[in-house]
Amino acid sequence: MTWETVIGLEAHVQLSTKTKLFSRASTTFGQSPNTNVNLIDCGLPGVLPSVNKEAFYKAIRFGMAVGSQINQTSVFDRKNYFYPDLPKGYQITQMDLPIVLGGTIDIELEDGTNKTINITRAHLEEDAGKSIHDEFEGYSAIDLNRAGTPLLEIVSEPELSNAKEAVAYMKALHQLVTFLDVSDGNMSQGSLRCDANVSIRKIGDPILGTRTEIKNINSFRFIEKAINFEIKRQIKQLEKGESVTQETRLYDSIKDETRPMRSKEFANDYRYFPEPDLLPVVISDKEMQDIRDNFPELPKDKELRFASEFGLTSYDSKILASSKAMADFFESSAQELKNYSLLANWLIGEISAFLNKDNVEIHESKLTPLNLAMLINRIDDQTISGKIAKSIFEEMYSSGKTPDEIIDDQGLQQISDDGEIEKIINSVIKGNPTQVEGYKNGKDKLFGFFVGQVMKETQGKANPQVVNELLKKKLS
Amino acid sequence: MSIQFKSILELRAMLDTKAISAEELTKETLQLASKLEALNCFVTMNKEASIKKAIEIDQNAAKNSVLSGIPLGQKDLFCTEGLRTTCSSKILSNFIPPYSATAVSNLEAAGSITIGKTNMDEFAMGSSNETSFFGNVHNPWKKGYVPGGSSGGSAASVAAGIIPAATGTDTGGSIRQPAAHCGITGIKPTYGRVSRWGMIAFASSLDQAGPLARTAEDCAILLNIMSGHDPKDTTSLDVESHDLTQSLNKSLKGLKFGIVKEFNLGDLDTEVQKRFEDSKVLYESLGVEFVEVSLPNISASVPTYYSIAPAECSSNLSRFDGIKFGHRTEQPKDLADLYIKSRSEGFGDEVKRRILIGTYALSAGYYDAYYKKAQQVRRLIKNDFENAFNSVDLIMTPTSPNTAFGFGSKGSQNPVELYLEDLFTISANLAGLPAISIPHGTVSSLPVGLQLIGNFLREDQILNAGHIFQQHSEFHLMKPNMEDFG
Repeated sequence: MTWETVIGLEAHVQLSTKTKLFSRASTTFGQSPNTNVNLIDCGLPGVLPSVNKEAFYKAIRFGMAVGSQINQTSVFDRKNYFYPDLPKGYQITQMDLPIVLGGTIDIELEDGTNKTINITRAHLEEDAGKSIHDEFEGYSAIDLNRAGTPLLEIVSEPELSNAKEAVAYMKALHQLVTFLDVSDGNMSQGSLRCDANVSIRKIGDPILGTRTEIKNINSFRFIEKAINFEIKRQIKQLEKGESVTQETRLYDSIKDETRPMRSKEFANDYRYFPEPDLLPVVISDKEMQDIRDNFPELPKDKELRFASEFGLTSYDSKILASSKAMADFFESSAQELKNYSLLANWLIGEISAFLNKDNVEIHESKLTPLNLAMLINRIDDQTISGKIAKSIFEEMYSSGKTPDEIIDDQGLQQISDDGEIEKIINSVIKGNPTQVEGYKNGKDKLFGFFVGQVMKETQGKANPQVVNELLKKKLS
Repeated sequence: MSIQFKSILELRAMLDTKAISAEELTKETLQLASKLEALNCFVTMNKEASIKKAIEIDQNAAKNSVLSGIPLGQKDLFCTEGLRTTCSSKILSNFIPPYSATAVSNLEAAGSITIGKTNMDEFAMGSSNETSFFGNVHNPWKKGYVPGGSSGGSAASVAAGIIPAATGTDTGGSIRQPAAHCGITGIKPTYGRVSRWGMIAFASSLDQAGPLARTAEDCAILLNIMSGHDPKDTTSLDVESHDLTQSLNKSLKGLKFGIVKEFNLGDLDTEVQKRFEDSKVLYESLGVEFVEVSLPNISASVPTYYSIAPAECSSNLSRFDGIKFGHRTEQPKDLADLYIKSRSEGFGDEVKRRILIGTYALSAGYYDAYYKKAQQVRRLIKNDFENAFNSVDLIMTPTSPNTAFGFGSKGSQNPVELYLEDLFTISANLAGLPAISIPHGTVSSLPVGLQLIGNFLREDQILNAGHIFQQHSEFHLMKPNMEDFG
């Protein structure tokens, strides 16, 4: 009760460049081990780094968006340590002169108010490879596909007061980097991850408590859980009269606890010094202007445009414009249809529910904008009913087939033909004389029974409007 | 006609007049190398591939250019595709690179034939070639004497007349000092003139590749081909290159050469002094005016160098960890053990010493006092040269304070004794300036070299001065008597 929490986050954002920071090897995720690797990435003797300017442009775009000072001259340093997935025995990073200095990010708190978090700095560096310890009995394996992928490390001031704020900060960051096309923001693939520096102190104490650093957390849920665990642990520690040890800890999501990393893994003197293999990288004023001139649309502007361009409600516009993936999907689907509000309804309702259940973003699912547009159009032109559309959607979502394929395969076209429906109605009336009698004697509720019977006979494909009209006529 | 002791241009004439074919030249070169194996110039020979290439060149003789069919040696720190590259270290004793250094590719594309990889100090750390895992190289002028280093195998193979030229690298004098000790010509170009891509790094901000040859003219021919901007090396200079052979014969009349006040040449061996004075007289006779220049911070160059170079090397050599390539210890207990044993077994003493010095110089709490301070002094030394070149065209010094010495006679007790070998050469690396060493006589039957340091990108001037000197002297034509070597 008497404690308050201070949190600072170091976010690692993998920049969505086609090639690596210092080599022209591909950065595509999920390739076979050690295939996105060239001479430079595996640190062969005699190789030298060469610069990928695209990464600098993306870093600068981020800096501009958060109102930072941009250092147009970038100097690199070497951070020296031994680890098998670090091929050169050093990481090329920026120590003294980060490309982005200062700036702010607004986060939305639970009560709907905003809080401004200051950014200390953001610098460019290369990612390491991956060590795989559980694949080969008695051996560790190294996959260097990730080695050299550009990272922007964004360091916040220690201004976050609880786990929820930390999550809100990471969500704001996620929104920003995806809208800026700086990163794909894919947390499960490690494109966005963070280290959390957590400390507690007595309320009102001007001096910060001893902090611990929780390394490499890669989901919003884990950020919240890891920080909350750590806060409780530190309080317990201090209330027992013991002190908090400054150390690096790992979050174990299975046991839901943090524990210290083995000291060997971090007790390093990194022996930073200027990277002699790279001249300072200078971004010209013209390049800066090009970045400004081609600045991507941010959520607020997109929201306003969706309302005016597509006639969406402000609520729908806001929700669709809050996620880059969703907004892009909406826009490309919208090119293929007219009924924008029906499209918005589907995206915000049914589709979001499915995505949330599977914890994926829309571009990671099997849905395509074209298929969704086709589905909406089939509802719009009454080929299928809204109800059938839902089952077609489920099939689309799980198989990736087009709606037309599914409709053809399963014969799901809506039956709107009067003659066909009339035949079915006749047989239903014939088969249920008691109910017909009851209805005629004033049991109006039985109307629904007849509709249900017709739908059952047609496997739900009968056009409900036609069914209603014809039934009324026949039963009167 | 013997091919031994021939320059590139002499061999070119033999090839062009069909006095010899490229195939015969290559085979004779390989035979000569094998006859003089006792010198221990080469770590790895490239026999089959070089004969094959020579045959191809003979078949396409119409397309010949100046280097077509000319046999060369490559210092064993240039990566050569498919040909073992060891840096004369145990840790790389099984390393076969999948690619070639730009400098080597340029020379090979011009038709030259890499007949083998030359011995050197381990990872270019040394001034006597005695740190090589593959053994000492003998100075062709005297058995049991060092050829200098680190490009000792390159210098000795050229001095012995096996090949007309070889590549070298120079971090603190590693081309010029062995060239001087072996009586041949070697040039270290301006930092950034030759791409470092594929050159296994010792100290990245100081390393520069260049040729060792029998004449300044051959050096100009080779440097023309080796140099040029390379997008794979961001430190390589993107400047217009001129044909360096065009300016070789320019008159030296009216040029000003600087003599460095702080070098206290009066303290040198009197015979070394005397050769220096003789060369001064020769240049004066060619119209050169000598001026005293001051390089006030030059006395700090050796300690500055020995802070920066080991610091960079400690980081550059981190990749030799037994994980991906090179030597790995048998049966390591765990990861730390694998690192410690692989590196302890793979590196020699001098390399370990420099890694330790460098690690110390970069450590938290020492960085400001050593590495950072050294970089500041380096800037001062650079400024000193800039000032000096306001009043002179070239700076002339001896290449080395003394001649070649016997195996084991220097530095075994006190490494600093050996580090002082580089007194005159180091400052050109710190300042990034081009410098050439040309032979200018002997002391006690061992060659001594004369160093000419040029202004930034003025290789043309030092090659011009070296060539004119060689037009008016015969020191570069001296040949060692090699009956001791078979």
